[in-house]
Amino acid sequence: MAFNAANVRKDFPIFERTVRDGKKLVYLDSGATSQKPLSVINAEGDFYKFHNAAVHRGAHQLAEEATDAYEGARLKVAAFLGAREDQIVFTKGATESLNLIAYAMGNAEPGSRFALTSQDAIVVTEMEHHANLIPWQQLAARTGAELSWFEVTPDGRLDLSNIDSVITANTKVVALTHQSNVLGTIIPLNEIVARAHAVGAVVVLDACQSAPHMPIDVKELDVDFLVFSGHKALGPTGVGVLWSSVLDDLPPFLYGGSMIETVTMTAATWAPAPRKFEAGVPNMAQAVGLGAALDYLTGLGMSNVHNHEVALTQYLIEKLLHVPDLKIVGPTDLDSRGGTVSFTVGDIHPHDVGQYVDSQGVAVRTGHHCAWPLTRKLGVPATTRASLYLYNDESDCDALFDAILGAQKYFA
Amino acid sequence: MELDSLYQEVILDHYKHPLNKGLSATYGAQVHHVNPSCGDEVTLNLTAEDGFIKSITWDGVGCSISQASVSIASDLLVNKSFSEADAILDEFTELMHSKGTKQGNPDVLEDAVSLAGVSKFPARIKCALLGWMAFKDAAVRIKTTTGGE
Repeated sequence: MAFNAANVRKDFPIFERTVRDGKKLVYLDSGATSQKPLSVINAEGDFYKFHNAAVHRGAHQLAEEATDAYEGARLKVAAFLGAREDQIVFTKGATESLNLIAYAMGNAEPGSRFALTSQDAIVVTEMEHHANLIPWQQLAARTGAELSWFEVTPDGRLDLSNIDSVITANTKVVALTHQSNVLGTIIPLNEIVARAHAVGAVVVLDACQSAPHMPIDVKELDVDFLVFSGHKALGPTGVGVLWSSVLDDLPPFLYGGSMIETVTMTAATWAPAPRKFEAGVPNMAQAVGLGAALDYLTGLGMSNVHNHEVALTQYLIEKLLHVPDLKIVGPTDLDSRGGTVSFTVGDIHPHDVGQYVDSQGVAVRTGHHCAWPLTRKLGVPATTRASLYLYNDESDCDALFDAILGAQKYFA
Repeated sequence: MELDSLYQEVILDHYKHPLNKGLSATYGAQVHHVNPSCGDEVTLNLTAEDGFIKSITWDGVGCSISQASVSIASDLLVNKSFSEADAILDEFTELMHSKGTKQGNPDVLEDAVSLAGVSKFPARIKCALLGWMAFKDAAVRIKTTTGGE
């Protein structure tokens, strides 16, 4: 059956409501968080209603069922990423996943693979979300390592012209986003991974804006770490994913229950990965909900989701380019870009654009989108951002178009 | 429509023709405030003499609400004593947190009553308060360093 956004929308209860005095909800803010299908809401609720118990503990039936559900979710994440289940760590979100990697590297024994010194360098890009910038800034500050970065070109692409001087023999970590949460740009990953691995560096990929929208296979990407958040992929808040093929070499970040092998009054040893990185009772219902979300996405087919979004992005960009004074911040060609489109509308401040289009039922994001260095580099204090997902269709793009024209009249 | 209660004509006038915009060459205190959630910024210069506010000038970038609000504040608070300004500031802050239940006293707040509608839009309250909080900060600094002289 062909992909049909109108049918998809029926699975999402929130689209039954209206906003701002009876207007249809036009949700174009999935880059911030996605809406949830009923199956996810039910999976989370059913966990609490029928199976709630602390996983990996307890000698009773509920504990068994809870553990099965939680570990079953891990299997689903592994399948979704083309990975092994022992490479999947549940965190409370992508921000925690990235902090986990940075803090764990900071805990590495001097001289070990991940230990950083003032002789080492960490590489990021100018288009990082704050969550994939600040943990590395701080790790650099704690270890004395140098922080360097790829710059962004005026048309919103990564400038790789100086790749050999950005990633050098000193580089230990290259941390970068797969798809910009502001510009929609998909980065040329292969070239960067090849260079990083040639100098012995590991690659940390922030897949928050890509994993929910396109087929992902970690073996093909050939990165060393990949993170994404559950709530941007139809799942609940409070659960994120860290995938890595090198977890065995990485020391723990958080210490406590569940992550140990043996404990005495003076020392402890660690359980094998992924348990080593899951101290405490995890966000079980949320992990189970994420499993249901990935079931939903897999059921539709990630290629179908991706193709739908590519077609819709083309429609949206062509539509927006017909708005007088509107300037798209980021690539306008469809080559290597996703369904996140940032723009400015003449002199109307994005906050005012956002407020007006909201009055018409259209939900967008405004501001610097947690990527302040990027918007500063591109010379805009803020932008308005529309981000598409599987439940959007052409009528949503039309509604945004009409609302922007309305805003121009209103603020003329 | 509801939106008109937010974007009063007075606000759009201040936004398009801001008062006291452009920083003075000299000042008793200068502060720079940002709204980290949206990137709005304001720099504000405050000059005082004998416990009275002699001049407020500012520069900034931001949405119509934030820019109009600092324009209104700079016009309203000048030539007031610090205690008068504090009282106006308190009344304005209360209005902003009133969730649409208060109109604001025009004798005290003058043009600032036009911002009453902001209180119905929680995401915009910080925009409206940006310039006022910058003023409050500058007033504290000037009183600390000069005793308001």
